[in-house]
Amino acid sequence: MSKKAYSSIEDFEKSAAGLLERRRSTRDRPSIIVAGGTCGMARGAGNIAEAFRQQIARRKLARKVLFRETGCHGFCQAEPLVVIDPEGILYCGVGPDDVTEILDETVENKRIIDRLVFKNSHDGRSFPLEREVPFYRRQQRQILSQNRLVDPRSIEDYVAIGGYGALARALQRDPKHVIAEVKAAGLRGRGGAGFLTGKKWEFCRDATGGPKYVICNADEGDPGAYMDRSVLEGNPHSVLEGMLIGAYAMGAQEGVVYIRMEYPLAIQNVGIALEQARELGFIGRNVLGTGFDFDLSITRGAGAFVCGEETALIASVEGRRGMPRTRPPYPAHSGLWGQPTNINNVETWANVPIIIRHGADRYAEVGTQTSKGTKIFSLVGKINNTGLVEIPMGTTLREIVEDIGGGIPDGKEFKAVQTGGPSGGCIPAGHLDLHVDYEGLAEAGSMMGSGGMIVMDENTCMVDVAHYFLSFTQGESCGKCTPCRIGTRQMAQILARIKRGEGTPEDLSKLEELAETIKETSLCGLGHTAPNPVLTTLRYFRDEYEAHIYEKRCPALSCVDLIFFEITYECVGCGICIPACTTGAITGEHKRVHAIDQEKCLRCGTCFDVCPPKVAAVVKGSPAKVAVS
Amino acid sequence: MNQTQQVITRITSKYGKNRSALISVLQDVHAAYNYLPEGSLDIVSAQLAVPLSTVYGVATFFKAFSFAPRGRHVATLCTGTACHVRGASTLLVEAETRLGISPGETTADQRFTLETVNCLGCCAVGPLLVLDGKYHGQMTAQRIAGVLEGG
Ligand SMILES: Cc1cc2nc3c(=O)[nH]c(=O)nc-3n(C[C@H](O)[C@H](O)[C@H](O)COP(=O)(O)O)c2cc1C
Ligand code: FES
Repeated sequence: MSKKAYSSIEDFEKSAAGLLERRRSTRDRPSIIVAGGTCGMARGAGNIAEAFRQQIARRKLARKVLFRETGCHGFCQAEPLVVIDPEGILYCGVGPDDVTEILDETVENKRIIDRLVFKNSHDGRSFPLEREVPFYRRQQRQILSQNRLVDPRSIEDYVAIGGYGALARALQRDPKHVIAEVKAAGLRGRGGAGFLTGKKWEFCRDATGGPKYVICNADEGDPGAYMDRSVLEGNPHSVLEGMLIGAYAMGAQEGVVYIRMEYPLAIQNVGIALEQARELGFIGRNVLGTGFDFDLSITRGAGAFVCGEETALIASVEGRRGMPRTRPPYPAHSGLWGQPTNINNVETWANVPIIIRHGADRYAEVGTQTSKGTKIFSLVGKINNTGLVEIPMGTTLREIVEDIGGGIPDGKEFKAVQTGGPSGGCIPAGHLDLHVDYEGLAEAGSMMGSGGMIVMDENTCMVDVAHYFLSFTQGESCGKCTPCRIGTRQMAQILARIKRGEGTPEDLSKLEELAETIKETSLCGLGHTAPNPVLTTLRYFRDEYEAHIYEKRCPALSCVDLIFFEITYECVGCGICIPACTTGAITGEHKRVHAIDQEKCLRCGTCFDVCPPKVAAVVKGSPAKVAVS
Repeated sequence: MNQTQQVITRITSKYGKNRSALISVLQDVHAAYNYLPEGSLDIVSAQLAVPLSTVYGVATFFKAFSFAPRGRHVATLCTGTACHVRGASTLLVEAETRLGISPGETTADQRFTLETVNCLGCCAVGPLLVLDGKYHGQMTAQRIAGVLEGG
């Protein structure tokens, strides 16, 4: 079904006004929203959406009830999620069997099904309305709130919430004014370093040569961060609109969306969005009849973390090995095919239409002195409410972890939160009142990065975390420069040694020395920041390193070489752990206390997990009784 | 023209025969065979007029490309940070022991390939094991064997 491209801005605005009006006039109609996205799908949202579609068809409700399958809403912990508008009722953990009841009770009879309502894990209070759920209530969801309003595969949905209106507005202004607006808004890059976006655009605009390019960086390499995926899957047009505005402002005629291959649904939805935008005349020659030409394509990543670095990304778009090069020249002067290029992160681009729509002043009302607007974090790890959290810059870590995240599961003790991914660091409990913005995180020795926030509890070993990140960067180092290639390997080896209980007192100073050298002399950001996880853990958790070195003890009871499992006299001899043990290390007669052969034990903890909680006869300890063979 | 040549010709003609298409072409060849078969790099090199050394350099740089045939089932364990702090490393040892292979390898009977990935954005259900595209969340050492049996 081919549609006609809008021939002019007026043509578009007329049609948009119609779609907006239609939305408005159906606002009071019951509507059912199922949150899809990769995470929802992984938990069965696809079956639920299908069940709703079938029942709506069977009951001939299509005229009375609106149905929408959207991208991720961010409350991943409670998925699969169903929202019933206009009331805004939120149901969590919905199964296909609940669909009939939701239609009968809630949609037809306006009754709430208590079983599906969100309840606090600590005090059992229930929250039937989405806007009252503590996880959402403290957020300010400028970007993510759009996800629930649109079917990502429908450009009409996006236009019906005002989408592409910012583009139309920008196209009627002088490109320089558009840049001035983005600059005045104070928007800083959401992909890592936090450079002022408007300023970067200005460099590219003023650069000589051409054609110029714009690139969207959707490589999202930080393991544990997935906000870019959520925005691309759930609202791809917002990113395309941002890129179009940027391209117009900078005078670029071509663009690339670089998406990591691990995100098939994002690649698919952006592909659909591109086609639709082209069909309606937002992309292509003579955009909305204004004489502005712009074409856009997708490049798939091929599984290399370093390709998130802008010069490496450009190399791989050109079909070369994804190796960074020294800067300057910056991409603004010499980027893709040696031409002026502007590269921004997904979330940065998604902020642009909001700035143009509401104006720089209103945008800059949110946030701190130096960091404007909101930032999306992925709050994951040892936290009750896992999910995507969008908050004004300047919110404290405590609000994020305790109020929004709902604290640590199983009554465990909070230990640290890791931000900034492999380039960042671990922030301890003593800094929970830190205001989260670019400067605040940097002062604590960490960084904003792309917004991963991994919460760690008393059972997370900080030496292990440092080792994890150093092994990661070592594996991802492209090998071009020596400090990064060899230095990270040395650091990872020392950390592995400490974890095994073979560390020496000199190892700590060696780590610090290597860290300084790698930071100072590496070629790109990967190396410059690789030592950060080690430096921050040394700064805040030195005692844990020392326990590993001097006492051969892992205080978090996590490093397999330094711990033991043992069965106590609480054991009732039920035998459940015997077949569960892969190495056959457990022996014991029925109804007699069992025992673990320490020589055979791999410290996998399976016996600890399977022992019935009522009995809890398996205990962990450190240091180890014998070395793991 | 042999069969591999035909397949690759179809792919290269889709992208246009220029060097910037190299990675996309290799990705599609990989998707068609589930690995990069012997001789395929020579054909790509000839068709795109890119030196074989460059093609080889690119193919070895990116993790997406495998030079050995992969198994009938692919088990992918997430080792992203969120899954790591929830015990993914123990699961990896368990999967390695069960299958007798390391990540990136394929069992001798070609049944399984074991891989790791850094975050699929399903951290809420971590630790996560994906078998042939199906997500298995809240994975535990005890459950791995059962999930793999299904493959
Ligand atoms: C090793 C490394 C990995 C990076 N990975 C990403 C990434 O996955 N996504 C991203 O947007 N930026 C990443 N960056 C930052 C980019 O180089 C670049 O600064 C950013 O895309 C600019 O966009 P912004 O100004 O909108 O933040 C990475 C940088 C380095 C050094
Ligand atoms: S870290 Fe495993 S899914 Fe995110």
